[in-house]
Amino acid sequence: MSAIGFTPEVTAALIAAVKAVVILLGLVVTAAMLIWVERRLLGLWQDRYGPNRVGWFGLLQVVADMIKIFFKEDWTPPFVDKAAFWIAPMVAMSTFLLAFVLVPVAPGWGVAPDLNIGILLFLALAALAVYAVMLGGWSSNSKYALLGALRSAAQMVSYEVFMGLAVMGVVMKAGSFALSDIVAAQRHGWFILPQFLGFCTFFVAGIAATHRAPFDLPEAEQELAAGYHTEYSGMKFGMFFVAEYVGVVLVSALLATLFLGGWLGPGADRWPLLGFVYFSIKTFFFIMLFILLRAALPRPRYDQVMDGGWKFCLPVTLINLLGTAAFVLARQGG
Amino acid sequence: MAEDAPLAPPVAPAALPEVVRELYARFGQTTFTYQPTKDGVPTLWVPKERLLEVLRFLKHEVPRPYRMLLDLHAVDERLRRHRAGLPPADFTVFYHLLSIERDIATRGHGDVRLKVALSGDKPTLPTITRLWANANWYERETWDLFGIVFEGHPNLQRILLPRTWQGHPLRKDYPARATEFDPFLLDQARQDAEQEALRFNPEEWGMKRADPDHDYMFLNLGPNHPSAHGAFRIVLQLDGEVIVDCVPDIGYHHRGAEKMAERQSWHTFIPYTDRIDYLGGVMNNLPYVLAVEQLAGIEVPDRVKTIRVMMAEFFRITSHLLFLGTYVQDVGAMTPIFFMFTDRQKAYDVIEAVTGFRMHPAWYRIGGLAADLPKGWDRKVREFVDWLPKRLDEYEKAALKNGILRARTIDVARYTADEAIEWGVTGAGLRATGVNYDLRKARPYSGYENFEFEVPLAANGDAYDRAVVRLEEMRQSLHIIRQCLEHMPEGPFKADHPLTCPPPRERMLADIETLINHFLGVSWGPVIPPGEGYFAIEATKGLNSYYLTSDGGTMSYRTRIRTPSFPHLQMIPHIIRGSMIPDLIMLLASIDFVMADVDR
Repeated sequence: MSAIGFTPEVTAALIAAVKAVVILLGLVVTAAMLIWVERRLLGLWQDRYGPNRVGWFGLLQVVADMIKIFFKEDWTPPFVDKAAFWIAPMVAMSTFLLAFVLVPVAPGWGVAPDLNIGILLFLALAALAVYAVMLGGWSSNSKYALLGALRSAAQMVSYEVFMGLAVMGVVMKAGSFALSDIVAAQRHGWFILPQFLGFCTFFVAGIAATHRAPFDLPEAEQELAAGYHTEYSGMKFGMFFVAEYVGVVLVSALLATLFLGGWLGPGADRWPLLGFVYFSIKTFFFIMLFILLRAALPRPRYDQVMDGGWKFCLPVTLINLLGTAAFVLARQGG
Repeated sequence: MAEDAPLAPPVAPAALPEVVRELYARFGQTTFTYQPTKDGVPTLWVPKERLLEVLRFLKHEVPRPYRMLLDLHAVDERLRRHRAGLPPADFTVFYHLLSIERDIATRGHGDVRLKVALSGDKPTLPTITRLWANANWYERETWDLFGIVFEGHPNLQRILLPRTWQGHPLRKDYPARATEFDPFLLDQARQDAEQEALRFNPEEWGMKRADPDHDYMFLNLGPNHPSAHGAFRIVLQLDGEVIVDCVPDIGYHHRGAEKMAERQSWHTFIPYTDRIDYLGGVMNNLPYVLAVEQLAGIEVPDRVKTIRVMMAEFFRITSHLLFLGTYVQDVGAMTPIFFMFTDRQKAYDVIEAVTGFRMHPAWYRIGGLAADLPKGWDRKVREFVDWLPKRLDEYEKAALKNGILRARTIDVARYTADEAIEWGVTGAGLRATGVNYDLRKARPYSGYENFEFEVPLAANGDAYDRAVVRLEEMRQSLHIIRQCLEHMPEGPFKADHPLTCPPPRERMLADIETLINHFLGVSWGPVIPPGEGYFAIEATKGLNSYYLTSDGGTMSYRTRIRTPSFPHLQMIPHIIRGSMIPDLIMLLASIDFVMADVDR
């Protein structure tokens, strides 16, 4: 490479960029394919077929949907606040995409798995994601969208409080915020066992952060029509839609990384590709769980969600945090 | 029959119904005019001035009081010929009251009908909204369709028709056919005017737009909303997500069924009844044909009765399955409804095999059925009754015992038995409050007295109980269908009566009398003798009744269809004030209404 004039730094940067693009494309395609996966799985669990006409097993349904949504008139209603209305879906999409830089998808693969603020960046971006919903709901100048945005703001603020606390146990045990270190710290046992309470609460908070059922109150169809994106159509709606699936992949990937050892598995160190397979299987397991929850559970009421967050999950994470801290200190002291 | 002939021979005082004697004792016999009717409902004409005190007496003072206002509507008497012995009137407003205690104690003699004769083109009458809260909508509807003014009514607005409507359609001088009107044109100006008329005006309903410290949000839920279960609009006054007050707005599904009944023959109106509660199928035919048969004096064979019961119970099951599916879906669980649709398909397969249609068979006939049961019906029915019980157990376990669903519905949208009776609630909504009142038991019709089944009850009267009661009702319906399967009587599927429609063909060519009857029956349709008939049944959603007035013609003079969903919707603001939007959704889901059943 240096023969054609690239310094090693430039070469490294180029390789990193290629990796990043590959991961980005892979993520977006996965998220889009999830639409198909979800519809087929729901069909399976709901005693019906799901999309099975376009392409093999309906696989091209996603392509057909994409073509349709790209060519749909991207209409901005005359009564909305244009700037905020346009920014909101971009925020939704970009925050979740950006957070994926942290995830080591295979040994040595990942955009910035060694970033030393690691998980803190994810929490920051998750907090920013609430702006997507709030801006979208508020700028729509529609009552349903506003109610959806209000619900969303309250829900996300409540659930982010303990989302951060839930992973602090993992951080303490690994002694680092960087996800690569966290993966490495699980070589002798996945954190799901010692951090089971943390795992459960992070999972709940993750569902809430992505507004998936049963925490889909901001867009509860039976109550608020489409909630905060009622006024959106065309590709702007499509971005909210895909952002939800990117969020699902992200949270699943984080769950796999933080609690199930990420890409770790027999032989993964020697063959990075095998590590990627392990990582994919673990991630997909959580994605399935997301979909199964949606198929199985009704939706609690808004105040019940708040109660569940503040009165149950927050105390549980605090207990977990104190317990882990005591344990870590005791081992250091001894 | 001569035009001035009395409707029925005068009745000796000793044979008078109990309530009539009570009223005579209190107000004197001269106050009233007693009208014998074919339905056996004690019917008394009251002078306008005494109406309020008589109603108050019946509601509050009489022993075993009439606490439920079952129905209130009017009749345009101006073209009626057979009304000898009745007070002169241009319009009649009737009040149908029900005493559940009395009905149970006397096996079906718990109602009373009061009529008020009104004259002139703009008749007036005092409102009874202070006596019965649910008179509000009934009076609005009577004003809307007849132009009768109820003085002192809190907000006498049109209810079924748009506010811009001209005229009062159920009047006899109002045309019934589109061809009698000028062509309809919707230009921009008219569209704007119509839309402006739909704008909600809080002050009109006594609501404030703001308090000193905060503003309220007015949210227009419907007429197109995923959970409104049809074209139903409800305007919410919100403080955050808390519903301060709300105003239901109905009429988007009004199709003028009662007006159509006046221009269809007795026979050809049957398909219209199917579409009243469009999930009820032949269950809707039942009260109509029973009322016509009562007027005609037809007694149907046992086989007809049993087949009618069986098919009606099939529709109770399909309707309840759809209720349960959408109910669970409204809590946010998306899966169960797909399973229930599978079950409904299986039920509809049986219904289709028997009647030839799926949702709206229009299969009952005056004096019988459209056809006999097909060969092999028992195998299909047995397959279904063997299939469903396990599924119901599964739904109970997976859906109704789910913790989130219980948290969402228990103690939500609750009302007591007294409130239910005050607002005219019937059906599962009433039984969920613990009132054991099922017309199939209280006043058995079509042979229900021969069946063994339980009336499921609950005690709490909340959104959860209403679902539990209906789930159990499906099990009881299966039990009834099983009994039909095992004890189906043999015999003809039509009554041997000249007014049976279509008439039996067997002896058509044997003698001139039957030939004439057959010819008239299929060309004009049956000529039903004059009189008033009333029949109420326990339909899928509550008490459904047809009050028919025949003037001795081939068409009904007046058909009043009392549907259960109408009062159920009227009660919504009373139940839901102070709750949150998701609770309203659960209330709407647990009422189990269809808008066609409200608007007719």
